[in-house]
Amino acid sequence: MIEINRRQFLQTLGAGAVASSALLAACKGKDEQIQTTTAAKQEPPTDKMTMRVNPNTGDSVSILGYGMMRLPVIEDPDNEGAPPFDQEMINKQVDYAMAHGVNYFDTSPAYCRGESETCTGIALSRHPRDKYFVATKMSNFSPETWSAEASQEMFYNSLKYLQVDYLDYLLLHAIGGTSRDLEGNDLDSEATFNARYMDNGILDWLVEQKQAGKIRNLGFSYHGDIKIFDMLLRWHDEGRYHWDFVQIELNYLDWNFANEINGSNTDAVYLYGELEKRGIPAVIMEPLLGGRLANVPDFILAKMKARRPEDSVASWAFRFAGTPKGVLTVLSGMTYMEHLRENLCTFAPLDPISADEDTFLLDLANDIYNLHEIPCTACKYCMPCPYGLNIPDIFQHYNKMIKEGNMPNNPERAEYAKKRKAFLVGYDRSVPRLRQADHCIGCGECQSHCPQSIKIPEEMRKIDEFVENLKKESFV
Amino acid sequence: MLRKIRITMATLSMLCITLLFLDFTGVLHHWLGWLAKVQFVPAILALNFAVIAILVVLTFIFGRIYCSVICPLGIMQDIMARLRFKKKKHQFTTEKKWLRYPILILFIVAMVCGFGAFWVFLEPYGSFGRIASNLLQPIYLWLNNILAGIAEHYESYMFYDKEIWIRSLPTFIVAAATFFIISAMAINGGRTYCNTICPVGTVLGFVSRFSLFGIRIDKDKCKQCGACVRKCKSSCIDVKTMTVDYSRCVVCGNCTGNCKFGALHYGMMTKSSHNADETSGKDNKNDNVDDGRRAFLTGSVMLATTAALAQTQKKVDGGLAVIEDKISPVRNTPITPPGSLSARNFQQRCTACQLCVAECPNQVLVPSTDLTHFMQPTMSYDKGYCRSECNRCSQVCPTGAIRPISQEEKTSIQIGHAVWVKKNCLPATEGISCGNCARHCPTGAIQMIPSDPNDESSPLIPAVNTAVCIGCGACENLCPANPSAIYVEGHEQHREI
Repeated sequence: MIEINRRQFLQTLGAGAVASSALLAACKGKDEQIQTTTAAKQEPPTDKMTMRVNPNTGDSVSILGYGMMRLPVIEDPDNEGAPPFDQEMINKQVDYAMAHGVNYFDTSPAYCRGESETCTGIALSRHPRDKYFVATKMSNFSPETWSAEASQEMFYNSLKYLQVDYLDYLLLHAIGGTSRDLEGNDLDSEATFNARYMDNGILDWLVEQKQAGKIRNLGFSYHGDIKIFDMLLRWHDEGRYHWDFVQIELNYLDWNFANEINGSNTDAVYLYGELEKRGIPAVIMEPLLGGRLANVPDFILAKMKARRPEDSVASWAFRFAGTPKGVLTVLSGMTYMEHLRENLCTFAPLDPISADEDTFLLDLANDIYNLHEIPCTACKYCMPCPYGLNIPDIFQHYNKMIKEGNMPNNPERAEYAKKRKAFLVGYDRSVPRLRQADHCIGCGECQSHCPQSIKIPEEMRKIDEFVENLKKESFV
Repeated sequence: MLRKIRITMATLSMLCITLLFLDFTGVLHHWLGWLAKVQFVPAILALNFAVIAILVVLTFIFGRIYCSVICPLGIMQDIMARLRFKKKKHQFTTEKKWLRYPILILFIVAMVCGFGAFWVFLEPYGSFGRIASNLLQPIYLWLNNILAGIAEHYESYMFYDKEIWIRSLPTFIVAAATFFIISAMAINGGRTYCNTICPVGTVLGFVSRFSLFGIRIDKDKCKQCGACVRKCKSSCIDVKTMTVDYSRCVVCGNCTGNCKFGALHYGMMTKSSHNADETSGKDNKNDNVDDGRRAFLTGSVMLATTAALAQTQKKVDGGLAVIEDKISPVRNTPITPPGSLSARNFQQRCTACQLCVAECPNQVLVPSTDLTHFMQPTMSYDKGYCRSECNRCSQVCPTGAIRPISQEEKTSIQIGHAVWVKKNCLPATEGISCGNCARHCPTGAIQMIPSDPNDESSPLIPAVNTAVCIGCGACENLCPANPSAIYVEGHEQHREI
């Protein structure tokens, strides 16, 4: 006969509680057993952040960088277009991030309807200046800001809004893109680069600012035409300009597939390789492709969970981006506290991707590529559309339907009617009717702004026709 | 017993016909559509002789059961009359022939002359339709939207959100006024409306004077206590003479159950019982439904939306352009829905019941604010356009104002034609390339041509082939300019292309 008396029972119970609280306090250690426990994931440690060293300045930079492009807003149904940013939440999240070792903050004069620098400035100015590195950009996309005066004003405004005397990192923003000048002529990537940085002497002026101590590290972020990327690195080799760092898009999908997805983009394996060769630290953007790599179809999720059942889908992408040694920091636009906590657990400390896992992820990339999603990362560079369209939300809905397996592609199939309804009802839910694809007139205003080089008007037309055909098959 | 049967049937019929007006999914009309088609005036307008004959025969045999179990406005009055103070008793009144018959004659004259702005106010089915679609459907939609919100939360696509909007303020006010006035009359005097104003009540009352079945008073058993009179909504039992005015009795059965002496029965009539009181009564409240109508006609407030724009140079990322309300174009000829044959046919037959308006999934049909066809639906492309796959309004119309058409037929019915307005067109004025109208034209009636005939590369402007255009309004609705640079002029007489 087995007898457990009340006392013994309580003891057993107590021991169990002690064990689980020990796990709770853990979220750390190289020991995978401990690190992957769900309980352990709940509370990130404050002293385990993986740090990388910038060879130029000796800065010890946290591997997790805070992207200030997707700041939280206070939802306001009456002000759908311009909800106010939630400064209280921004402060709280910045404080929390810094308390857990994050020290790199990346913003731009263009982000968040132009308010990101101000919000970032408010949050950071509450901390000692030597406790954080702030990065911002020369975002002179609009031809109205191409003059030396206007660009310089943008720089001075950055200092003012960020409430600092010097910038730790300054980037030429998104080189390799195209543009449309004030007369409406389309400029190619080279002409655009020259108009933004060379003809007006702004690049040289920025070098002067660096010498004057206003900028500690000068670099650039790159999207689009590889010609410009190569040209700038050639200048670096020739000693004409020195790049302290370069910001590139890197994730396990873009590693080998960036060019397949869009012919005008370049695979991350090449970009990173070129930087590593020269010892230029790489700052990583879009490690998660605007959340697309955090929200994968079930069959891919199942494969990930089979390997590391307690790790989040996003953690795979972050670990991949942080693994190469030449990566200085991985930027994540953490809108919500939950994102921040989850990422802190991934990076404090970073558990690098093994060779086996690397192969596994590159195989998954193949699966994701074959979904043929629209490669939108919801960065909103294209917005606002002058005709009121909500471009990112339209693409998000389309991708969501692909991901959920709800694409009504084949009327012969069972489930077609259900998928059709899901697509149409979901479309109206995600995007108000007056902001849907049928209102795109194809003016092309958005085109040059897309860092992913998506042919937006063309895609809009395709989606519009797809929806039209669905609707035409009689109502309800 | 009679009362219980009446209440059961009335509840069922009321529930179904109300649902017909509430449903926006286009499913219920397959099963419930006939309920609108058996209404008396719609059947006359649709020249549906079988239904008219059945209703007349039904009334001739059983009395005015139509008014108690088929007419939704009648049932609505019975429901509202339950709010009446229990102690307040009904009293016998004399028939107001001097009011009933002139109104009937005016109604018929207005109908024959096509003076819709008058007769639609008196028509009971239309009045109920306006009440259901204007007052009840918003509540129904609101409940639906709560479900849709819950469904969205659980990622279900079972329920979907529908916009709640007042399609025409004057019509809404008329519906609300009708509801309150008729309800007040019902609470105060039972079936006063049905027996003094309603033209259908007058016609059926004339028939039911001679009906085979009716309420009989057993003069031997009757103690003239008046318990039946106190319960009589039609105020048609005269205990002094022990007679019933069959022209006003709606066979509700309230009296039979209330007689302690078993003196009242519903059954076969004898000759002698058909001698209702013939004296005509004096005044009483007479002005009602169209009371105050004039006041609402002046202000025409249309709630519209749509179409954006203010071309601004983009400097920062994110945000949404403000979407302005679309400015409605002024049409020389209003557009009537496909299947209505012509503006005249539509105007003569439409009872302004709003069933098609409640049904329209594209937010196209709205009640007109124009006096000559007040409250009758007209087409507006501010919120949507008449999509080629939809023929729902034609399926539900009970009066033949909109004849049933198939989806295939619809694609060849020309209800209007598109007109280009150069001064609004973006390619013509600002040199922006657009072509959204041509891209969305379902019949290919719009092609884009260079604005400068000598310069092939000049901005392209739309050229409309009016022979092919069916007037669906896709171009008008999707035009980025505000007001639209292309709009639809209606055709008085629809054509086939």
